[in-house]
Amino acid sequence: MPDGFRSRFDALWWSLTATVLAVACLTLFVITLTGTVLVTVWVGIPMVVWGMYLVRPIAEFHRRQLARVDGGERIESPYLATPSGNLLVRVRALFRDPATVRDAWWLLVNGTVGLALAIIGIVESILDLIFWWLPPGMALRVHAAVGRSLLSVSEKSRLALRVEQLTESRAETVDTQAAELRRIERDLHDGAQARLVALGMSLAMAEQQLERDPEGARTLLSEARSASSDALAELRDLVRGIHPPVLADRGLDGAVQALALAAPMPVEVSIDLANRLPAPLESAAYFAVAEALTNVVKHAHAQHAWVRLAQVGEQLSISVRDDGVGGADPAGGSGLRGIERRLSAFDGTLGVESPSGGPTEVVMVLPCVSSSPKTSPSSGTG
Amino acid sequence: MRVVLAEDLALLRDGLIRLLEANDFEVVEAVDNGPSLLRALLTHRPEVAVVDVRLPPSFTDEGLKAAIEARRQLPGLPVLVLSQYVEQLYARELLADRSGGVGYLLKDRVFNVDQFVSAVRQVAAGGTAMDPEVVAQLLTRRSALDDPLTTLTPREREVLSLMAEGRSNAAIAARLFVTEKAVSKHTNSIFTRLGLPPSEDDNRRVLAVLAYLNG
Repeated sequence: MPDGFRSRFDALWWSLTATVLAVACLTLFVITLTGTVLVTVWVGIPMVVWGMYLVRPIAEFHRRQLARVDGGERIESPYLATPSGNLLVRVRALFRDPATVRDAWWLLVNGTVGLALAIIGIVESILDLIFWWLPPGMALRVHAAVGRSLLSVSEKSRLALRVEQLTESRAETVDTQAAELRRIERDLHDGAQARLVALGMSLAMAEQQLERDPEGARTLLSEARSASSDALAELRDLVRGIHPPVLADRGLDGAVQALALAAPMPVEVSIDLANRLPAPLESAAYFAVAEALTNVVKHAHAQHAWVRLAQVGEQLSISVRDDGVGGADPAGGSGLRGIERRLSAFDGTLGVESPSGGPTEVVMVLPCVSSSPKTSPSSGTG
Repeated sequence: MRVVLAEDLALLRDGLIRLLEANDFEVVEAVDNGPSLLRALLTHRPEVAVVDVRLPPSFTDEGLKAAIEARRQLPGLPVLVLSQYVEQLYARELLADRSGGVGYLLKDRVFNVDQFVSAVRQVAAGGTAMDPEVVAQLLTRRSALDDPLTTLTPREREVLSLMAEGRSNAAIAARLFVTEKAVSKHTNSIFTRLGLPPSEDDNRRVLAVLAYLNG
């Protein structure tokens, strides 16, 4: 806490607030404890549930406040998402959350030791204001340290949060993949397969007419030829959507260059990659850039675009920028949402900055461990 | 005309050999991988090579790389590259040495045998035969840029893109439903606008197309 007249007033205000909240904590702790004792006669259950729910806003307030008091790092919220469903489901989730147990401990400690420290804090703050030339007191610092030790996100909570996040992104990945396979199946069925059937029919009819009507047979044959061209074109598009050949040939670097060349406006590309990334990451990054550029072409009315890929430490950072009209809404387009889903499978994130009037910048960050050196063929004696 | 052919799928390789030999080409060697292609090109020095982009052993753009390397050692060695897909990037790399004698076509263009054979001949003669898809992409890109080529009239640009695809004046005339004389008037105007000095017509043709494709 910075030393100064103003901050000494702040200290007074905070110790007063902390005292009131500590009293609230003590009350909640008593309610919860009584509830726990009374669980056997049912009435205790709602008491415990209410106690553990009401503590959350108070604890969250302390988490936000602590960083201001001791100047330390801000504590993230440790709570798992509340599942939708009936009351029973939600209550069960509350008790499964590892943060709940820590909250209970904090209730006890903050209601007793915390209360004492906060009251000392009041006295000390007043004295500090009177004897303003002396260094300010320690009570609030101790109070903050105690609070921090109990309110920080425990390892258990961290893991639980991570599991929750992974479950969600895995479900999205599975959904996306299933949808993707369905799309491929439909495209093949309605496209290339149908055209091959038409081609076979044209050939069969041509064979039949060869003797009787050579001119008609010739028309049918040329129809067959164009049907096979169309089938090839459709297969080509489909293959590009699955895994673009240029990505297989040249890696991310070449494939992004190829994307830039194919765009109708000049696209400046800068790529700073030490070595090739694992194939799934390359593919995700490629499609992210492709989608972002498609958006630029479709919506931005841009004269120029810039694509920058750089590997910074353990992260691949991708930026696609344009000098267009701006006003892109990341929530609106299904394209950006699609990229986000794809990236989430790799713990990647997507941010869009697009003020009305431009420019627009899409920034994507993908954690990456560069393709681990493959075990090289051993040259020693075997 | 002596041809080296590179294609790894036996079915397509046999088909191409049959097609080329039926049209008075002599396939001196047909190979199925990148390293043999480079060796065959350097030893046979064929009048033209027909090369599939993707070849073993890596199943990446090995054919393209071998062709570019062979042209580095034997400048102007005519190469027609075939592929299941066309990439602007690859077209650019093939054209980068500006010595002509380059073709880059989708494999389906083989279906039109006459046009395919004339493209092979065009490349062998030092011309270019770029796939309409490459040319079409260039066209949309060009229209968005400031470029000396934008001084061309739409009709002239049309003629130039057909030239890039490797078509003769007669073929261009047939395609645009005009007389051959009208086409040669357009081509002369293109040469003047691009500042190509009067010289042998074929050479200027190649230069104009290269200017167009290389940007």
